[in-house]
Amino acid sequence: MSTQQIGMGNHGMNSTAPRERLVVVGNGMAGIRTVEDLLAKAPGRYDITVFGAEPHPNYNRIMLSPVLAGEKTFDQIVLNTRAWYEENGIRLISGDRVESIDRAARTVTAVSGLTVGYDKLLLATGSNPFIIPVPGVDLPGVIGFRDLADVEAMLAASKSGRHAVVIGGGLLGLEAANGLNINGMTVTVIHLMDTIMERQLDSSAGTMLQRELEGRGLTFLTGANTAEIVGEGRVQAVRLKDGREIPADLVVLAVGIRPNMALGQSAGLECGRGIKVDDAMVTSDPDILAVGECVEHRGMTYGLVAPLFEMAKVAADRLAGGAEAAYAGSVTSTKLKVTGVDLFSAGDFTADKDCEDIVFRDASRGVYKRIVLKDNRVRGAVLYGDTKDGAWYFQMLKDGEDVTPVRDTLIFGQGFGGGEAANPKAAVAALADSAEICGCNGVCKGAIVKAIKEKGLTSVDEVRAHTKASASCGTCTPMVESVLAVTLGAAYAGEAKAKPMCKCTDRTHDEVRQAIKALGLKSIPDVMQRMEWKTADGCHSCRPALNFYLLAEWPGEYKDDYRSRYINERVHANIQKDGTYSVVPRMWGGVTTANELRAIADVVDKFAIPQVKVTGGQRIDLFGVKKEDLPAVWADLNAAGMVSGHAYAKGLRTVKTCVGSEWCRFGTQDSTGMGIKLERMTWGSWTPHKFKMAVSGCPRNCAEATIKDLGVVAVDSGWEIHVGGNGGIHVRATDFLVKVETEEEVLEYTGAYMQLYREEARYLERTAPWIERVGLDYVRTRIVDDPENRKALHARFLFSQTFSQDDPWAERASGGVDRHEFSALAQVG
Amino acid sequence: MDQSMKWTVVGQVEDIPRQGSRVVRTESGNIAVFRTAADEVFALEDRCPHLGGPLSQGIVHGKRVTCPLHNWVIELSSGEAAAPDEGCTGSIPVRVENGTVSLGLAGFRPGLGRGGCSHG
Repeated sequence: MSTQQIGMGNHGMNSTAPRERLVVVGNGMAGIRTVEDLLAKAPGRYDITVFGAEPHPNYNRIMLSPVLAGEKTFDQIVLNTRAWYEENGIRLISGDRVESIDRAARTVTAVSGLTVGYDKLLLATGSNPFIIPVPGVDLPGVIGFRDLADVEAMLAASKSGRHAVVIGGGLLGLEAANGLNINGMTVTVIHLMDTIMERQLDSSAGTMLQRELEGRGLTFLTGANTAEIVGEGRVQAVRLKDGREIPADLVVLAVGIRPNMALGQSAGLECGRGIKVDDAMVTSDPDILAVGECVEHRGMTYGLVAPLFEMAKVAADRLAGGAEAAYAGSVTSTKLKVTGVDLFSAGDFTADKDCEDIVFRDASRGVYKRIVLKDNRVRGAVLYGDTKDGAWYFQMLKDGEDVTPVRDTLIFGQGFGGGEAANPKAAVAALADSAEICGCNGVCKGAIVKAIKEKGLTSVDEVRAHTKASASCGTCTPMVESVLAVTLGAAYAGEAKAKPMCKCTDRTHDEVRQAIKALGLKSIPDVMQRMEWKTADGCHSCRPALNFYLLAEWPGEYKDDYRSRYINERVHANIQKDGTYSVVPRMWGGVTTANELRAIADVVDKFAIPQVKVTGGQRIDLFGVKKEDLPAVWADLNAAGMVSGHAYAKGLRTVKTCVGSEWCRFGTQDSTGMGIKLERMTWGSWTPHKFKMAVSGCPRNCAEATIKDLGVVAVDSGWEIHVGGNGGIHVRATDFLVKVETEEEVLEYTGAYMQLYREEARYLERTAPWIERVGLDYVRTRIVDDPENRKALHARFLFSQTFSQDDPWAERASGGVDRHEFSALAQVG
Repeated sequence: MDQSMKWTVVGQVEDIPRQGSRVVRTESGNIAVFRTAADEVFALEDRCPHLGGPLSQGIVHGKRVTCPLHNWVIELSSGEAAAPDEGCTGSIPVRVENGTVSLGLAGFRPGLGRGGCSHG
């Protein structure tokens, strides 16, 4: 991001002169987009204050549906972080609604009593859900679907209640219904008209969509009129005019939105259905502009994102001192954000007698396309099941292009005739520079190509950062990729996409993990079902990963699935190339005793173990143990007080130590004692990959702590904690995390660090690549800078340890666990 | 299948864990008997065609097992390695009647790759 040179006088202003004050009421997509456009046009011109009624930074409101469906987290839909406001010198007042405007004094006053003066005021107050005029709409449990608080209320309701009723079968209502269904609720959609989404779809496409959603478990009552919402103290049912009653623990009102113009009205601004603005987005007060869903422009109000961004561009230009930009209204198109449903609608398709219809149906593929023509120009388009030509039709519609030359093949789409209909790259290559790629942000192909060439962009992320294309709803991402491919040719390396977990799924590790948490999935079959696994029971790659994610997310609750464990973790020993096993008893901090050594020697003799070897982690490894002997070997080692050393685990392996101040003349602290305490706290824990620690008693670092996953180095005044080291193929020295004074702090930081790694790294990702991926600064922010979070992480670590510190050897040697593992089914002959 | 096949009872289906395997020891070497999540039972020579890893110790998924040593994936029904790997291990006829598992051991010799190997 280019840092704005606030107050540097680069616009001929005296840097000491007070700047004009811009107050923005509304911290949503329209308001902040205007600010962004303004900062790009006239950086530093204004002192900017932004008021937001919600307690969050600006987020992508149209992505609330994926958040509800568990496909994204809130963090992923934040558009402007608090740091962005700071970097741009913007004062953000969130969670404080502006209540009044004093136009004479040029001030606004918020609920908290805060009053701020302005020279220019921008209203972007958005919209409210339309509240149907029936009794009971104010009962607890009746909500809209407009902001994050609504999503949170729906997620909470899905945990405690069973039945949800969504009133309104439009775009928003269907997305809410789909999300609630995914969250396990029984959902009924009540719709006044006979066809759902009748404003965007004709009855054919509407019926196809309804069938698809019914197949997913939704129930539809069309032509149904709500009479009353009933309940005592809380919503219990919805009663229809025909007397039917539908049980409801939650009612979502999604019949429409109304511009939120109360503030403008009370200030005496001219209002109709919204706050009236002219083509320059200026209200009846020349110092007050308005953008977004709260405005009425040429008699129209808008509820989709593309028009808001077009308005923002004009308002920003005017605020920057321009006099020419004008908003001429928008033609809009729609896509439904329900995963697995491809639906596109644009323009007008309520055919009159002068209109001609071109219709294409392919029932077996579930494809329906309808183009409405008037005077040989596209007037409307509805696409279901195959929407890849949506942008092409939309462009012709906006351009008012005469389609006579292509009319015969129009319905087959853009690629028809070239024999490359299935090749999206060819389709994009054929687009004119003026063709719109990103409908939300109004970015055309030419602008993207120009940015790619001039700025040397090579990825979708970069294109998104520079042009905003694909930055909102994201449905045009494949087209942006094609533009990159066409522009760069062989130089385009493709997207470094997070890869799917394995061939069984298209989902990435991170997506699966989020879903486990967001949807409360608690078994491997559950995850596979909900995340649409392509195989019946996964494979050797995804099953161990899912088992770990579930174990990490639900300690004490999820039962380990041992058949989804690699053999070493299943039988608690390390398989060797000849099918025998090696056995490593735990030696806390690398310290042993004569008794332990004697017991080990006896075991070696008794079971004729061919080799005894000292490991790099200061343990003794017994090689060549037959599988059927394992329980007996463990029983003998248990009898001498030894437990599993977990040398086979994706979990804590060893804590290596030097002798430290107890013996060493250079030692500054008791490194051995510290190591033993660390090992006592962390043994038995499962992590994404193996986890090794070491404690050195002085900076000479004899325990090689600086190539461990976590290394502790004693200094005179305390302990240094280092993280992310690895001595493997790619040697990586640790990064210094923090210096602490006491042993308790070492334990707390270690627990917190292991828990953060456990909760956020991908399965089979060691700490070294994890830290390189997320950055040391991130780890510091979570653990060092945020003591509360550190303590919470540490507490979660200790909690999960209460379920994992049972010796797996004892469970099998004397407890009879998995007995079948260690004996043959039969002996024949 | 050969009508005159001699069947040897080795145990009950329930003795084998779902998505798991048990070993049958024979004079000619170990046989791994697998039970899938769908309760189908298969038997293979307990040697991966790659470097002889014990397939009985692998993770069972679908109708396949992954060798614990180097992750070769072997088809339980044929003993064939899944592409891109090439190789085949011996497959042993299995009969399940009323929950009792029997193997057709006649002619089982380790390394012969008999049974399902199409080019064996």
